[in-house]
This record gives sequence, C-alpha cells and structure tokens, in this order.
Amino acid sequence: MTEQIDKALAREYEAGFVSDVESETFEPGLDESVIRRISQMKNEPEWMLEWRLSAFREWLEMEEPDWALVDYPKIDFQAISYYSAPKSMKDKPKSLDEVDPELLRTYEKLGIPLIEQQMLAGVAVDAVFDSVSVVTTFRDKLEEAGVIFCPISEAIQKYPELIKKYIGSVVPKKDNYYAALNCAVFTDGSFVYIPKGTRCPMELSTYFRINEQNTGQFERTLIVADEGSHVSYLEGCTAPQRDENQLHAAVVELVAMDNAEIKYSTVQNWYPGDEDGKGGIYNFVTKRGICHTNAKISWTQVETGSAVTWKYPSCVLKGDNSVGEFYSVALTRGRQQADTGTKMIHLGKNTKSTIISKGISAGKSNNSYRGLVRMNPGADGARNFTQCDSLLIGDKCGAHTFPYVESRNPSAIIEHEATTSKVSDEQMFLCRQRGLDPEKAVSMIVNGFCKEVFKELPMEFAVEAGKLLEISLEGSVG
Amino acid sequence: MSNTETLLSIKELHASVEEKQIIKGLNLEIKPGEVHAIMGPNGAGKSTMGYVLSGRDGYNVESGSVILDGEDLLEMETEDRARAGLFLAFQYPVEIPGVSNLEFLKASVDAQREARGEDAITSADFLKEAKAACKQVNLPVSFLKRGVNEGFSGGEKKRNELMQMLLLKPKLCILDETDSGLDIDALQVVAEGVNSQRSADRSFIVVTHYQRLLDYIKPDFVHVLSEGKIVKSGDASLAHELEAQGYAWLQTAPAEDELEG
Repeated sequence: MTEQIDKALAREYEAGFVSDVESETFEPGLDESVIRRISQMKNEPEWMLEWRLSAFREWLEMEEPDWALVDYPKIDFQAISYYSAPKSMKDKPKSLDEVDPELLRTYEKLGIPLIEQQMLAGVAVDAVFDSVSVVTTFRDKLEEAGVIFCPISEAIQKYPELIKKYIGSVVPKKDNYYAALNCAVFTDGSFVYIPKGTRCPMELSTYFRINEQNTGQFERTLIVADEGSHVSYLEGCTAPQRDENQLHAAVVELVAMDNAEIKYSTVQNWYPGDEDGKGGIYNFVTKRGICHTNAKISWTQVETGSAVTWKYPSCVLKGDNSVGEFYSVALTRGRQQADTGTKMIHLGKNTKSTIISKGISAGKSNNSYRGLVRMNPGADGARNFTQCDSLLIGDKCGAHTFPYVESRNPSAIIEHEATTSKVSDEQMFLCRQRGLDPEKAVSMIVNGFCKEVFKELPMEFAVEAGKLLEISLEGSVG
Repeated sequence: MSNTETLLSIKELHASVEEKQIIKGLNLEIKPGEVHAIMGPNGAGKSTMGYVLSGRDGYNVESGSVILDGEDLLEMETEDRARAGLFLAFQYPVEIPGVSNLEFLKASVDAQREARGEDAITSADFLKEAKAACKQVNLPVSFLKRGVNEGFSGGEKKRNELMQMLLLKPKLCILDETDSGLDIDALQVVAEGVNSQRSADRSFIVVTHYQRLLDYIKPDFVHVLSEGKIVKSGDASLAHELEAQGYAWLQTAPAEDELEG
C-alpha cells in the first residue's frame, strides 16, 4: 500500500516550464552597489535607498537561523542574482496590448489569464514575473472605490507617505535574517490600501512567477486596511523545474486598523524539487499582521510546493477585542521539508486567536508545525484555541509538532489539541472496495482531512486548492 | 447480466495471510438470485474469504480459481472487482473523517458507472436516490452530510453499509457478520433492507456466526466453513442444527484454540 501511495504522489510538476523571454539580469553577487542599482532601476527616492542600505548593514551583522527542523546546504548569497526583468518591461508598457505576448502566455498557461474579459469575475490580479510586476488588472474599477492596488515599486513613487508610514512597521528591518535581506534587495510585490469604511469590491490577488535561472525572488507585500474596511487577498506562486535550488525570501506586512478585516490566503506551489531532492525553491518567508482595536486578520495557507519551507504567518493582536486566525494545510512529499506554523501575540484585552494546522507528510518528507501563543500581561480575558493534526502517508516520512506557549496573564485561556493519524489500509480498502481507484481514494481522504482549512479559502480558490492537492497526490498510492 | 448460469464459481481456493494459510481448498458455486449463508466457528476463515474475494492487500491467493460472472476475479484489481459487481459489507466499517457520506457515495457510484460505460448520474438525481436509501435503512437524511462512519454507532455503521449497497446495486453482496453488535430492532432493519434487495439478478453470501440473522434473511443454502474449507452444506435447516449442537460435531479434530482453552 505504501508503495502505491508513493506512486500516486509522484506526479509531474505542471508549472515547471520555462518561458522564453529575453531578460535583463544582474550578475550574481551582493554588495551595496547592487542595492544602489536595484534602487536606481526602480527609480526610487533617496529615503528608500537609505532604508535599504541600513537594512543591508544590519543583515551583514546577522546570523542565518538554524533552529528550524530543516536541512539544506549553506546558501552562497554571492552566487545569486538579485534582479532580473524581461527586457520588454523596460519601457513600462502602459496597457495590456503593449505587454510581451510571451509573458501573457506564461500566465495563461498557469491558468491566470490577464485579459480582464477572460478572468474570473471579481478577482483583480497583480502579476509579478521575477523582479517586476507585469500587469495589474481591474485598477480603474478599484480606483472608483478608492482602493489602491498596484506594484509596490510604483507605490513607493506615487504614495510615498503611506509607504514611509507603514513599511517595516510590522516586520522591522532586523526582525530576522531573511527579512533583513529582503529589506535590502526587495524588487517588487503588491501594495494595497483600502480606505476607511470601504469593503473592497473584488478579491485581490498577486501571482508570483520565478522564471530566470540563479535568480532569487525577493518580493514585498504591504496591505493597509484603514478603519472599518474589509479586504480579501490571495497569492499564488510557481517556478520552473530546475536542478539548482533557488531562493525566495519574501516579506508580507498587514495592517488592520480599528474594526478592519483582512483575509489573506496563499496557495503556494513553488517547484518542490525532484524525487531525490534535487532542485526546488527555498521558501523563507516572513509574514505578519498587526490588528488594532476590534480588527481581524485571518491567514489561510495551502503549502504544497518548495523544497524547503520556513514560514510563520503571524498576528500581533494589539487592539482590544482583536482576532487572529491561522488555517494551514502543508503537504510534503518526496524529499520536501516544511517547518511552518504561526505566532499569535496577544497584547490587548479579550483578544482571540484560532490556529488550525493540517500537516500531511508522504514519501521521505519532513513536516513540522511550529507555533507560538503568547499572552502578554495586559491580555486580560484573551483566548487561544490550537488544533494541530498530522496525517502520515507511508512509513518513511516524519511529522513533528513544536508548540510554544507563554502565558503571562492568569485570566488568559489557552487550549491545544494535537492528533497524528495515518491513511490506513482499512480506509484505502473501503474506498477501493466501493470502486474508487487508489489515487482518487487518497485524494479524497486527504481532502477530508483538510476540510476545515479549505472552507476558509475564497470560493474561487477552494476548488483550485483541492485540485492542486489532487495533482500533488497523483501517483502517491500503490 | 450475462447468461452464464453460475454467478460465482470458487474452485479449490487456497489463500494465506502473512504466510499463514487460512483458506485451504474452498469450493463454492452460487447462481444468480441465490442466498448462501456461511457459518462456522471463530477462526474458520469466514472474514478472510470475503477479503480474498474482494482483493484486499495482504491476502494472497496461492492456488485455485474464482470466476465472477464469466470473468477471472483473481486477475482484477480491488476496485475493478467492485466495478464488476462485488460488494463487501464490512464487519467493522472504518471512518473517513471529513469526507461526507454523500461525497463518498457519489464518487463510488460515479466510478462504477464510468467503468461500465454508463452516463454519469446528475447530482440532483443522485441526491434523490440517496435520500430514499437513507429512509429505507432508517437513517436520518442528515447522515448524508456527516463524515463517512464518523461518530456513528455500531448499528448506524451497519445500516450505512447497507445504504451503500442499495445505491451501488451489486451483483454479489458479501455481508460479513453484519449482525454482530446489532440489537434485535437494528437486525430487523438490516434484514429487511437485504430482503428488499433480493432479486433474480442479485446473489448474497451471508457470513454469520449465529443462526439468529437467518431467521430474518432466509438462505437457500447453508455452508459450514471450518479450517478454511466447507465441511458441510445443506438447506436452511442446517442452521438450526448448528444452533442446537454447535460446531464441534462437524470438525474432524478439535480446533487448536479449543484445546488450549
């Protein structure tokens, strides 16, 4: 049976193609001159460059973290190129007609048509290709509602006051090694601002694509939801199938002002490497949101890709009565390694957090949940509920749970539940005896296991996530 | 339905589990529409027989043949045997958390229809059928939304098995100790469900330890399985004899565990 499951899991990575696009790519290497060049390419104001340089100087003093349960060869930061953009993007196409058709075809192949008429109704997309944003759709419609949705590089020029106020306000420059690196070299990403009392009329989404070889992708996303506003945002990501590892170190900052709500969903499908662990993306990401009074931030992630994942989307529950949620499905197979979870920092009174984590391990992979729940002295009446479930497929994989609980307020209530189960022979036999083939059986069992998380995804993407899991599991049964 | 006169033909079947031989020369012929009861002491190989026929992993056929409706059953994958019309009602139905009964049933029916080259059934039509099946086995319709067997009582699980049978409409149903753990009311519901499905083109193998179930599901034949083969066959009256006298008189030598006991 294990053999069958492995076979069902051994699937082809459908997003593994390379686009034939002529790019302008920096020589590998990292020093202050590289950062100056990035800043220059982006036409940035002086203050932004200074901010980058100070982050770079901090980074040089920092150590690479080694506490996660992941194992990979030391990264040579001088062997990475820190900027790559299609040449056709140099003239900044003003409309879709001017965008290189090959770029549009790339996204179409990935199932993300950028022609507005063909798109899912009600979803605006910012498409980021290596280090630049190719196009952002439905901008006019969003502007009518006062919503700003644009590449962050553009926001730095057009909305400097907003950027100055909020960039680095949730994830400080020297928060951690990869965040500091991102501050120094980030290239593009999305900026979202929802004005007071506005409900964003569409789902917003950013699609990240790494194409160029030996290039790192360092994107940065900043979402500010002003008082009483509401936004739902989704990011997706893929990369070509290559034998070399590639680094992706992103920073996402969310600011939910009083009574605001941000729903942030991720469907992560970076190239995971081959069966023997060759190639694949190192996904070292820092995501954090701050909730002011009565605000709510909800993180939902479906992580199926990347060779190594190091990622802890977190909430700082600063305002009284604020709410943080984290719903996660992490699937590892082959030689994939994931160390992922969340941090819920309760500062305000009556703050609430919910953590639902579903880890699925197959093949020879390792899947760890690492989560911190901290109740600060001021967090009177705060509550947390955590549920961590692990599902093992086969007997060569590992599932680990590292919960950290720190309570400094006696009135705070913390609950933690954890289970580990296996896709059992009995379940497989029942499904097959009813006529289901083994692949369908495994994907059904796994989908059932993930149900609580999938129901948190925006409707348009829940189906996609289910399918993604199905593709990921293809061949993992035998 | 094909024209072969025999639906199931088992000849000299030998099978083992973890290298231990359990089925030792089993012979059985079942015609369309017949109900055969398999009785026998614990450890006789009754459940093993069901698993071997349905192709469970780890149950290895060493020799012999099994033909279902003209096809070599032993050459088929587990799911293909199901699609060919073989249904096993489990003694201990397993839970599949988070997968709704309805989703599971629809996927099963879809897979079987597709394999037979039939058109897919619409969700609306299927829901109608599923609701009717629920009613027939005396389960609330809300059970369709619940996870497969998730938190069901023993009796509910058995009735859920029966519901699956009603929807899949198999040619051959193997009921593996479906009566175990059922009170008399639940037993009647299950028996009525089975009886309602008896027809000229559907056969049953009713595996049971006790004669009680056979008061409700009247078998055409009763076989006694002991040490991996059928040691005695007869009509329904054999079940009463067994009830009165036990199995010991049929065994050439006492079973080892009885000696130890």
